[in-house]
Amino acid sequence: MTGARTRAFWTTVLGLAVLAAIGLYIGLYLINVPGSVAAISTPTGSQLYVATVATAEASDPHPTWVSYYGVNASSSDWRHDTTFQVPPNTLIHMTIYQYDTATGLRNPYFSQPAGTVGPVIINGKPTSVVDPTTPGHTFAIPDIGLSVPLPGAPSTAKNLCTQAPCSLSQAHVTVSFTFRSPGKGLYRWQCFVPCGAGFIQGNGGPMQTVGYMGGFLKVV
Amino acid sequence: MTDERHHFRNFALLWIISSVIVTPIVIWVIGPGLPPGNGSVEASGQVTDNIVLLAMATPVALLVLDYLAYAAWAFRERTPEVVVDGPPIRGNSSLQFWWLIVTTTLVLVLAGYGTARLLADGSGGGQGPNPIAVPAAPAGTTVLPVQVIAQQWQFTYRWPTFGGVETRAIELPTNTLIRFNVTSLDVIHSFWAYQLGVKADANPGVNNVAFVTTKGPLLFNVRCAELCGVWHGYMFNDGAVVPRAQFAAWIAQQRAQYAPATKNLPPYSQTYFPPPLRRGG
Repeated sequence: MTGARTRAFWTTVLGLAVLAAIGLYIGLYLINVPGSVAAISTPTGSQLYVATVATAEASDPHPTWVSYYGVNASSSDWRHDTTFQVPPNTLIHMTIYQYDTATGLRNPYFSQPAGTVGPVIINGKPTSVVDPTTPGHTFAIPDIGLSVPLPGAPSTAKNLCTQAPCSLSQAHVTVSFTFRSPGKGLYRWQCFVPCGAGFIQGNGGPMQTVGYMGGFLKVV
Repeated sequence: MTDERHHFRNFALLWIISSVIVTPIVIWVIGPGLPPGNGSVEASGQVTDNIVLLAMATPVALLVLDYLAYAAWAFRERTPEVVVDGPPIRGNSSLQFWWLIVTTTLVLVLAGYGTARLLADGSGGGQGPNPIAVPAAPAGTTVLPVQVIAQQWQFTYRWPTFGGVETRAIELPTNTLIRFNVTSLDVIHSFWAYQLGVKADANPGVNNVAFVTTKGPLLFNVRCAELCGVWHGYMFNDGAVVPRAQFAAWIAQQRAQYAPATKNLPPYSQTYFPPPLRRGG
């Protein structure tokens, strides 16, 4: 093989390798979708269990960030996924274990639950409005008008859980409510409490990253 | 007649004829469909402004396009096998003079027109806390103040003349002058009610006032027009202009529904400075 042919051969091989690497990168990007937590089917609708915690698990890329988690009823199986998969036009019963403490609302308007079917139950008590200084987070799906404030766990409790995973034996507030899922589609949900500690006005980091204080309601 | 005069006459004829044909089409056929439509007095004004701009720009654009076409046709090489250079191009001071005069006049007229229109009613734009262009309310009506509160990532609306209630939806009465007081609780957003022809930046600590006079019943979209974070693309909602009686019923229902939250709200203010709360964890 002459020198020119050798150069052409290796140039072609290199070019194809670069193209393959680009294709692989794009392919992996496209198939790398965040994991989702599917609602459990019940006779009266679907049930979702969710938890909030002051900091993500130690192995998380951001172990100091506040986060939502998908959990089970006994809060023993923690999954760091914030895409919640539910069926369309169905009553969704949601139970949120709030292990994080209070921060307070920037806009007190969100102190009143909205968009639920029936009352919001906080630690077993139906609640129509909360003290705007008490929420640690909110769970809101603005596209369907859902907004539920989540009062923080008492900061004076001796058994606070500061890092995921947490157990029901630790201090927490249980918030339960029901909403009707919309038609098929992808709906964002978010927290309206500026809870990103260490970021300007609490609105950076976990507030600006899907998978922590925001995610999707995937209606399929 | 020299070749140059011959070409000048032909080209001038082409330009005049095309302008006489195309400009009315722009004004009366394309113009009425220009954005943002006729959802409010200000939006209609913006359509008129767009028609004026386009009508004045059309002969200028045709001058360039016609010349391009005429040159490609009249000065094409008819014997391609013999390629020779054309005659040297020399400046024409008379032409340059008139070009400057005409284009300068066009720009100054449009600047004057734009300024006059802006001063007339604000054209639906944000005017800061001390607006200088305050349109008159329709006869027999008063201005309705609506505070637009932007936050990451939702607009809410506060109604100082209805007990200071705050709502997540927005409905407006027909044929009413609306005074939008636009502010933000966190970063810079922009309140853009497209069909109403309103667009005003929402800055934290600033009361940005924009006026709009509604017309008939209408559905409109509200979007954030300032890149404001991860959910910026989701920061939108729908609104409606409805008959006065329907608006009265709606706002009464909102006051009743959000009475508990209203008690928690701070007193109505043109701006709010909520503490930069940080999670204790």
